[in-house]
Amino acid sequence: MTGIGLQECLFLAALLFCISIAGIFINRKNLIVLLMCIELMLLAINLNFIAFSYFSATISGQIFVFFILTVAAAEAAIGLAILVTLYRNRQTINVADLDEMKG
Amino acid sequence: MIHALVTAQSVIAAPANDYGLALPEIIMLSAICAILIIDLFVSQNKRIITYLLTQATLIGLAIYTIHYILHISTATEYTFNDSFIRDFKGDVLKIAIYIICFLVFLYSKDYLRERRLFKGEYFVIGLFGVLGMMIMVSAASMLILYLGLEVMSLSLYAMVAFNRKSSVASEAAMKYFVLGAIASGMLLYGISIIYGVTGHIGIGEISSYLGELAKSKTTMPLSLVFGLVFILIGIAFKLGAVPFHMWVPDIYHGAPTSVTLYIGTITKIAAFAMVVRLLVDGLGPMHKEWTQILVVLSLLSLAVGNIVAIAQTNIKRMLAYSTISHIGFLLLGFIAANENGYSASMFYVITYAIIAAAAFGLIILFSRKGFESDNLNDFKGLNERHPWYAFMMLIVMFSLAGVPPTVGFFAKLHVLQALIKADIGLTWLAIVAVSFAIIGAFYYIRVIKLMYFDKPVTEDNTPITAGADMHIVLSVNCLLALGLGLFPGALIYLCSLVFTPAV
Repeated sequence: MTGIGLQECLFLAALLFCISIAGIFINRKNLIVLLMCIELMLLAINLNFIAFSYFSATISGQIFVFFILTVAAAEAAIGLAILVTLYRNRQTINVADLDEMKG
Repeated sequence: MIHALVTAQSVIAAPANDYGLALPEIIMLSAICAILIIDLFVSQNKRIITYLLTQATLIGLAIYTIHYILHISTATEYTFNDSFIRDFKGDVLKIAIYIICFLVFLYSKDYLRERRLFKGEYFVIGLFGVLGMMIMVSAASMLILYLGLEVMSLSLYAMVAFNRKSSVASEAAMKYFVLGAIASGMLLYGISIIYGVTGHIGIGEISSYLGELAKSKTTMPLSLVFGLVFILIGIAFKLGAVPFHMWVPDIYHGAPTSVTLYIGTITKIAAFAMVVRLLVDGLGPMHKEWTQILVVLSLLSLAVGNIVAIAQTNIKRMLAYSTISHIGFLLLGFIAANENGYSASMFYVITYAIIAAAAFGLIILFSRKGFESDNLNDFKGLNERHPWYAFMMLIVMFSLAGVPPTVGFFAKLHVLQALIKADIGLTWLAIVAVSFAIIGAFYYIRVIKLMYFDKPVTEDNTPITAGADMHIVLSVNCLLALGLGLFPGALIYLCSLVFTPAV
């Protein structure tokens, strides 16, 4: 682990976080990509927690990560379930088509 | 690494854990599982059994908690290694959640039945949402808070999509899911930064760490402020404060009205609890930093909520923007950043939830199979058809607008009073808030004008089909807006009592 400090880890996590946010807002094509971006965002946060936990020698951050992973799985399940109902109703999962309501 | 594991073991071994403090949550979880199983053996025409069991659970828990406050203890106690808190304000908020959830399910019953949505899952998911809220209310650690928030949010996503044949509802659910997930992500990122700086995830530990820091330094380190901003973005998303309000109108509009009723009422109380736990209990020593941001959020919410609501033709959408403006008012109490302000906010959120339940309950009452009654034009000439309910709607609209002697007026008054008394140079904000409330009064009073002075668009003499229970409870609920306005003392006293520091 020589050469990799807290700063590098945090930088990587922030970068992944930004990529995921950008992905959510730029992506106009596919809802599944959106779900992937949400997963990426949670993983970036996990990285943040693990880095802090490792470098500050406290364990609670790593415990937090276990729960985030579990919740992320549940969230993906709900998201995909909603995606299926949406596809059944619309025959499309294009983000740009989600415009039945003005807003 | 090894060092970290050793300290973790010693932490786990140390404090005594009284699981009895979490009894309401345990009962709720067991009841949900039992109802889920019982529901399997109930045929569709006896589905009312599931409904009755659900309501019995809520009432039972409300009675238990009231009994606990009155006869056992109102002290602040911790359990599960200091990650779960049971205190007076939490118990009061939980009672409000149980009772309003009871109303929500009662109003939803006929609505769901007419639309063939009267299924056991609805009530089970609804109870899971309540369980999430209870956990949020009782969270004393960032981890528990996050888990409670997710249990609630995941249930809400499923509830919005509950009418799975409706294309609008699934679109609303998808939007809610994506924006809700971003909000949780932002909140978590903020939590991770705070954890990194302080080294704790316990809310009490963070608070004492920051308290020490505030004594030694005049300004907080930038890293903490950075984390705080992300937490505030997450909170603003969940509350629906501008500029993170985009989901609110779409979800209110797209979801079945019974789910809108659920989202528009009890989740606001839970969001209030989240703000109290995170900002007041946890990041309290940083109040100089977070009030600045809340001022902006509150100002924008008041402006956008009240002005955009005028342009709406759908009453559910209009009430969504009304919620946004009410959130602006709610935040004013937090900006005051003292016990007075928090208790005013608590009074605001509880009374708002009661009135919003009445408002959406009335929309449900007028709707029937194939007719949602959610356009403003559907309310034209209501007085000729149903004079009693037109009068009820009048009380509710006056209360939302804040006209005395309804309770909405006192809620607004107390929040503003707390803000001015806090003496932090924000009297101008109170004046701006009042001006926007006056602008907002326009669209509430427009509904009253439509009901009393306009002719109905179509001749429609279909009688209201709801059962007697709904008629009685809804009328009581609406009159409560007037009753609490005439006699607000008890609730105000209760709200100020829970925020009085323990002697």
